[in-house]
Amino acid sequence: MPEIPKEKLLWIYETMVKIREHEERVAELFAQGKIPGFVHLYVGEEAVATGVMAHLRKEDFITSTHRGHGHFIAKGGNIKASMAELFGKATGICKGKGGSMHIADLDVGELGANGIVGGGIPHAVGAALGIKLNGLDNVAVAFFGDGASNQQNFHEAINLAAIWKLPVVFVCENNLYQISLSYSKQQTIKSVAERAAAYGIPGVSVDGQDVFAVYEVAKEAIERARNGEGPTLIEAKTYRFRGHFEGDPQVYRSKEEVEWWKENKDPIVLFEKTILEKGLLTKEELDAIREKVKKEIEEAIKFAEESPWPKPEEVLEDVFSTPTKGVLVWQW
Amino acid sequence: MAMVREITFAEALNEALDYEMSKDPKVVVMGEDVGQYGGIFGVTKGLLEKYGEERVRDTPIAESGFIGTGVGAAASGLLRPVVELMFIDFLGVAYDQIYNQAAKIRYMFGGKAKIPIVIRTVSGAGASAAAQHSQSLHALFVHVPGLKVVYPSTPYDAKGLLISSIEDDDPVIFIEHKMLYGVKGPVPGEPYSIPLGEADVKKEGKDVTVVATALMVHRALEVAKKLEEEGISVEVIDPRTLVPLDEETILNSIKKTGKLVVVDEAYPRCSFATDIAALAVNKAFDRLKAPVKLVTAPATPVPFSPALEKEWIPSTEKIEKAIREIL
Ligand SMILES: Cc1ncc(C[n+]2csc(CCOP(=O)(O)OP(=O)(O)O)c2C)c(N)n1
Ligand SMILES: [Mg+2]
Repeated sequence: MPEIPKEKLLWIYETMVKIREHEERVAELFAQGKIPGFVHLYVGEEAVATGVMAHLRKEDFITSTHRGHGHFIAKGGNIKASMAELFGKATGICKGKGGSMHIADLDVGELGANGIVGGGIPHAVGAALGIKLNGLDNVAVAFFGDGASNQQNFHEAINLAAIWKLPVVFVCENNLYQISLSYSKQQTIKSVAERAAAYGIPGVSVDGQDVFAVYEVAKEAIERARNGEGPTLIEAKTYRFRGHFEGDPQVYRSKEEVEWWKENKDPIVLFEKTILEKGLLTKEELDAIREKVKKEIEEAIKFAEESPWPKPEEVLEDVFSTPTKGVLVWQW
Repeated sequence: MAMVREITFAEALNEALDYEMSKDPKVVVMGEDVGQYGGIFGVTKGLLEKYGEERVRDTPIAESGFIGTGVGAAASGLLRPVVELMFIDFLGVAYDQIYNQAAKIRYMFGGKAKIPIVIRTVSGAGASAAAQHSQSLHALFVHVPGLKVVYPSTPYDAKGLLISSIEDDDPVIFIEHKMLYGVKGPVPGEPYSIPLGEADVKKEGKDVTVVATALMVHRALEVAKKLEEEGISVEVIDPRTLVPLDEETILNSIKKTGKLVVVDEAYPRCSFATDIAALAVNKAFDRLKAPVKLVTAPATPVPFSPALEKEWIPSTEKIEKAIREIL
């Protein structure tokens, strides 16, 4: 286990349980019909976002995916506003225009979830180009799934970042499925990280359920990026404990398989075990964090439920930024 | 009065890029062969020498990747990229980054993002470049909310509109007709901007309104000049920007003449031409004195042989015939 300051350990635990609590409550609210649309939850994958984000500053950028709540929370996004967004309320972080698949918080460098698989990967490369040309020492991190690694943007964006030696880290969350298609039927290689060789950059595979392992691997990759040594491709092997989206009948995998992962590879349970065994944090400290997180999520839900709906006329707002002459937003 | 110097359409665009790069270090140029080569039509010539490799970036053939990189760079607030898509026909391999990402990010994020990117691209038939290098696909951009679409016809407009486009905080698709690059016209040496959303009446007239874009503006003017000798007065309007659209100038002209011909070098359906016809019918029906005439290409791919391509592109003969039919 790497040397991690106590403050950081507390942050890691708080972040992981916050994501878990958030997602489990969102599942309930979705089932109650309070959250409309598609919802893809991050339960089981908490250690990946947390282990990576442990090294990021507010000024660093990330791009996220349809399964983006965990990234958003770990990057320090405003949870009240994102919860209201999930409800489609006027106080939502996107004023109710984005929903789960488009949550973004530019104030903390969260450049957005994405409804298009692989669509956000080049955006991280663009942010990294901006960082480089402005002489900053920030980094950008692109999160994406195993399925996305078969997309054109994966290849094109990583190659660009490699030839231009940009400060970006590519994090593939290999949860072993692309909806129903298992990883072994998507590609012949054992790890997505092997593809790094094709771009002449380092590639490393890590146990994505072990937050300490992710922490260590991400630390090195992010330092490399900050020092101007170029991109790294990380594959974090992980598993989603719930369906692809809420309501997924999951015919493509057995209950036993899911149970095995929950029992043996729950990132939060694994963290608690290690940390208590080593005496790095106390049971009381962990319980206090859980209490705090529960309260925070309940407050966010209350805020969302009590918030007003957007007004009908807002449909026409926020398409363009710079006003012009002539008709910009056409309506017959 | 001193003669204004004449330069080509390509040179006018180059001056706009040069000015913007000199003024704002956030402006970067990216695309295939835009560096040492100066762009395959010469539009980015000299920029690499002046601004260096960091700001003038040759890219691999990865249109989705480098346009997406431009979108991310713009969204981050750190750069104002001008990205070149070598031919508009290559849109198919990169469309997602334009119509789902660049166009929608601001709206999806509730108005919190600005995407100051210009995507320059090349359209148009006339070079025997056949079906995958000759299309006019502006309607595909006009169709999707969130994109501004500029399609100039003269060197003067090209320079002023490109400057405005780069200074605009929204994604702008800047379309350059390949048969116009060598066309010369008067262009002031100093920088100036032309606001987006302002049509230009290229020739005043009172008998019939012709709305045309890019190369078709020149053909319409040729016909107008010919008909003038017979005492037929044709008004030629170049919208210059398709989004935003200067409805007012177009509608005022229709109200004056009562007759409308739209000339659009593009496929005929769900097009810019049908759009302007719908506008006329919707907002000036009571002033129309004749059916609206559309002069467009047929619904076929662009053929290769000069003999066939000539037939495909709307000709002065077809424009003249359409005008005469409603006089
Ligand atoms: C370009 C594109 N194709 C297909 C989809 C539909 N879709 C949404 S999520 C998904 C699976 C993505 O798998 P992966 O990248 O592994 O991410 P995961 O859902 O496992 O986190 C698919 C096919 C989409 N949104 N975008
Ligand atoms: Mg997956």
